[in-house]
This record gives sequence, structure tokens and C-alpha cells, in this order.
Amino acid sequence: MPAPAAPTLKVDRKGNEGLVTIAGDWLVGQEHMRAVVGLHLVLAEVEHCARLRFNSSNLAHWDSDLVILVRAIQAWAESAEHRPSIELTALPAALQQLLALAQADHGQHTSDVTTTASALRWIGAQAFRGWGHLVESMDLIGATALNIIPALLGRVHARFADLITLMQDSGIGALGIIAVVNSLVGAILAFVGAIQLQRFGAGIYIANLVGVAVTREMAPIMTAIVMTGRTGGAYAAQISTMQGSEEIDALRVLGIPPLQYLVLPRIAALVAMMPVLYFYGCLMGLAGGMVVSVAMLGLSPTIFLGQLRGAVDPPEFYIGVTKSICFGAFIAISSCQIGLRAGRSAAEVGRAATSAVVAGIIGVIVLDAIFAACTNVLGI
Amino acid sequence: MSSPACAIQERMLVRCEKLTVAFGSHVVQSNLTFSVRRGSIFAVMGGSGCGKSTVLRALFGLLTPASGRVLIDDEDLWTSGKARRAEIGRRFGVLFQGGALWSSLTVGENVALPLRMLTDLNSPAIAELVRLKLALVGMTAAEGVLPSALSGGMRKRAGLARALALDPDILFFDEPSAGLDPITSRRLDDLILELRDGLGATVIIVSHELPSLFGICDDGVFLDADTKTAIGHGAPRHLRDTSQHPTIQNFMQRVSQETMTPRGILHADG
Repeated sequence: MPAPAAPTLKVDRKGNEGLVTIAGDWLVGQEHMRAVVGLHLVLAEVEHCARLRFNSSNLAHWDSDLVILVRAIQAWAESAEHRPSIELTALPAALQQLLALAQADHGQHTSDVTTTASALRWIGAQAFRGWGHLVESMDLIGATALNIIPALLGRVHARFADLITLMQDSGIGALGIIAVVNSLVGAILAFVGAIQLQRFGAGIYIANLVGVAVTREMAPIMTAIVMTGRTGGAYAAQISTMQGSEEIDALRVLGIPPLQYLVLPRIAALVAMMPVLYFYGCLMGLAGGMVVSVAMLGLSPTIFLGQLRGAVDPPEFYIGVTKSICFGAFIAISSCQIGLRAGRSAAEVGRAATSAVVAGIIGVIVLDAIFAACTNVLGI
Repeated sequence: MSSPACAIQERMLVRCEKLTVAFGSHVVQSNLTFSVRRGSIFAVMGGSGCGKSTVLRALFGLLTPASGRVLIDDEDLWTSGKARRAEIGRRFGVLFQGGALWSSLTVGENVALPLRMLTDLNSPAIAELVRLKLALVGMTAAEGVLPSALSGGMRKRAGLARALALDPDILFFDEPSAGLDPITSRRLDDLILELRDGLGATVIIVSHELPSLFGICDDGVFLDADTKTAIGHGAPRHLRDTSQHPTIQNFMQRVSQETMTPRGILHADG
């Protein structure tokens, strides 16, 4: 291919008429794209002309680059003081056609046009949205509460088979990851505790530390966070995908409330499985702590377990179970709600899954803080 | 009133009076007034993005109209209260654009779910009904298959079987032939005709596929995107032959323009 000829743009004035001569290769990606920027300087020459004509007899190759140039000249002419008329007839026919096509688009949109918003406006919009979400969540919680008794009596539009599948997915499917996370957390607690307690010769109290921390705090929280990422994200993604494929509309048309058919079984599944997973998580956490204690402090497992029995009272478990039930309900409700309010595109599914996980983790930690404050006040 | 007028009134199953649908402040279609005769196949026509599907959603109860009334057998759908609306909704069968089959259930379970949830039938009766509905659309072989394993045309037919589950009076079709090849879409048209005749249902169909419109619809309304209201009433064929409105003419004459080169269309527009 021969090297492209340098593009040239020349403007002459003949009385009341301007002549724009375009020659050479006008191709995208060459230096002269800048020509458009300084165009008004070049065109100042013909500012007072009534008419602009083109001469393209020496034009070689051209592409979108030339279209942009001519459109820039047109735009300049429209804003110029004397509004010179532009005659395009001397330009290549294909170029004229492209110009006509681009001209036909008036930039009208039927849907809302996204406007660049100021920071203040953004904050306001976010606040209104946040308030709207809060109201929606309250609405969903209320509606769920109203459905609890009908659900227990079996008077809701839901399938028992779905509940079993959901329980399987959220329960048995999570055993592996919950074992790994909780045993490691138990082990880490034991590591940190062992170093500190050894200094005071109080190594035996490692069982108290690990026992209370795991049963009361770490097992419920870590289990809930795993479930948020694993199950909450999945719920939001499933429901928002159903939204996108009109599956939820199909339910609504039939008069089957999505709340009963989709949300209630998910809440029930998580609320039922979370306490089970919590106990399992405790077991794993304590085992992890024991292994490290035995290895680092040379305690025998029997001594560790004996000390543990004295240290962990039943109330610790009650608190843990209560927490995990609340966390389960919260994760299920918030992720289902995020799924239900998602839009209908693929991007929305991703966004729903992300916000379900984020909302779930933040919510679980906030709930845990509330629990800590309450138990502190109650002296439990 | 004289008896013929009463008779006409009685034959109208669905009536829209000054219906306006909007998303917030964005009006999609306004001031629509039309009636759907019992037993007819009624077309909601118009170009892409003119709000046909949105209007349909207001007719079958998924989108609250901004103003105006939707009457089903002279009963206002939107002021009747939630419980009553759900009851009226049992008379509807809706085929959504993509079929909207519940993806976690097999085709058979999809058809069975409305029966299981909304009727007191026992399992053998439901199974029998499911087989019948699937047979009507020629999908018995796919009963145990998940929707993800079906082709687009099969999904629509399965969706149709589900729409038929509760023996509806009124069938709503949202772009039934969208995304289907001409032969499959022709078959679906035939199926719609046969089902209408067999079940005595009234069909309201949203479409911009001219062959379908001319082939099966005997009445309709033409919605315009620019003026945001109805600009033509009557059967698609009738509109094609008699309407003087340029938008309707352009829409209906598309068949003859197809032979023109793109350049020809450009020049014709300019």
C-alpha cells in the first residue's frame, strides 16, 4: 500500500463566495485530526461569505475523518455571524449520503436522558433512593410477618419441594466452606490468645477465650458472612434473573405473590439452616482452637475440653442461636428484596448480587453490634 | 337504547376508556379508547418502542394505568380491589415475549404450577390436564425437560401451554412471533387461530409482524410513538387498504418497500 498522501485543507475567498479545497488522504488516526480543533482559524478567512463551496477533485482516500471535518465546517457555518450556506454537491456522493444520515439524527430520545448531575443533586437522589429502599424493606418485613401464620398452616402459594431444595443448597452445600472458615478462625484465636496468655502463665485459659469467642461471636458472624456471600448473592441473582426473563411477571399475572412463592421459602430455608450451621461452625471453631492449643501450649485434649465445659455456659449458645436465626432472616430478606427491585438487564443481575453481598455483610455486622449492646445492657 | 346497540355492548369483552399509561412523568400512551369483541383476535399494533407491550400490561393487570379505565365484562379491573383483580386475572392467559417459563421447573411443572397453586385438583387430575395442554401445543415430548434445553419456538409453545392451564377466556400474546423464523411463526399463528376456535377464547395480541397481523387479526388498534396515542382503529388489513395516515401507510406498506434498495428508501424519505 502506498504511503498516504498528506491531507490538505485550503480556504480561498472569491468575492462573496468561499472555496474549501480538500485534497490528499483523509484517514482516521493521522495527525491532522487536530485540524478540526483549529478549524475556525482557517475558516475566519471566509467568515463574511454568503456561500461555501467544496473542491474535492484531488481528494484520494477518505473515511469517517472527512465526515467529521465536513460536519465541523457545517457546525461552524451555522454558528457563524453571516450563516453562509454550504453547497455539498462537489463532495463524493457517498460522503454526502453519510452526512445526510448523520444530519437526520436530531439527538432526540424518547427515554430519560442521563444528565450530568452535580454532587448535591447526587446526594439528594441517593438519599431519596435510600429512603425508598428502607420503606420497601420495611414493607417486605411486614408482609413476611403477616405471612408467617398462613405459611405455618400451609396456606401460602409455595412449593414444599422448593423449600427442601433451598435447604439443601444453603445447608449441606455450605458445610465445606463453613468448616474451613470456622476452624481457621478458631485456630487464629488460639494462636493470638496462646502468645498473650503464655506470658502470664495462664495458658489453660485459652479454652475460655476460644470457647466464649467462638460460640458467642465468631461462629455466628463467620457463618453469616459465608452465607451472605454464598446464598444471599445467589438469591439476589436468581430473583433478578427471573425479573429479567419476566418469570416474576408470569407469577403476578396468575395472582401468585412472588413474596409467597419466592421469598418465603428462601427465608424459611435460611432461618432453618442457620442454627444448624452455627452449631456445626462452633464445633469446627472449637476443634481448630483445640488443635492449636494442644500444639502450642502442650495441653492435653482432655484438659482443654474439661476447661471448655466450665467456661462455656448454655446462655452463650442461646445467644449464638438467636443471632444466627436473626442473621439468616436478615440475609434472606435483604437479598430477596434487592433481587426483586433489580432492573431487567444482565448488568442489573451482577449489581443485585454485589449489593446483596455488601448489604448482607454490613447488616450482619450492624446487627451483631446491636446484639452486643443489648446483651451488655441485659447483663447476659 | 335500541337492541342492536345493547347487543354490540354485550359482545365487548374488554373495553379501554381514555386509558393513559406512564412511567412516572414519562407518558407512554395516552387517551386510548377501544373495545375488544368477544371471540375476536385483536391486534395492538405500532412501531418498536411505541408502548404496545406497556399498554398490554395495563390490560392484564401488571401496570396500574395513570388514568382511564380497563373494563373486563363491564367490571373495572383497576378499581375492583386487589383480591377481585386477582380473581379476574384467573380468566387471563398471558404469553410473554420470551415465554417467561419458570427456569427451575420442567415444562410439565410449569404448566402444572398454576393448577397446583390456584385450584383444588388432585395430582392425577393435574397430570392429565398438563398432558392435554401440552398436547394442544404439540409439546408432550418435552414434559420433563427444563426450559433452558428448549429452542425459542418451543419455549413460546410451552409458555402458551402454561397460559392455557386455567382455561382462560382472554389470551394475551406479547409479540408471539418475535425472534422466530417465518415458518415457526406461521405455525404459531395457525396454533393461535386453532386455539381461539377450539377454546372460544378472545385473543389480544401485540405485534408488529405484518404477516401475522394480516393473517390472523380481525380487529385492532394502531398506536403511534410520536403522538403517543391511537391513530387507527380496525382490522390490520382494513387499515392497510383504507387508512390515509402516513405513519400507518408506511408501516403497512413495508412489504412492498422491502424490494427497494437502501438508497431508494433514503431518497424516498428525503
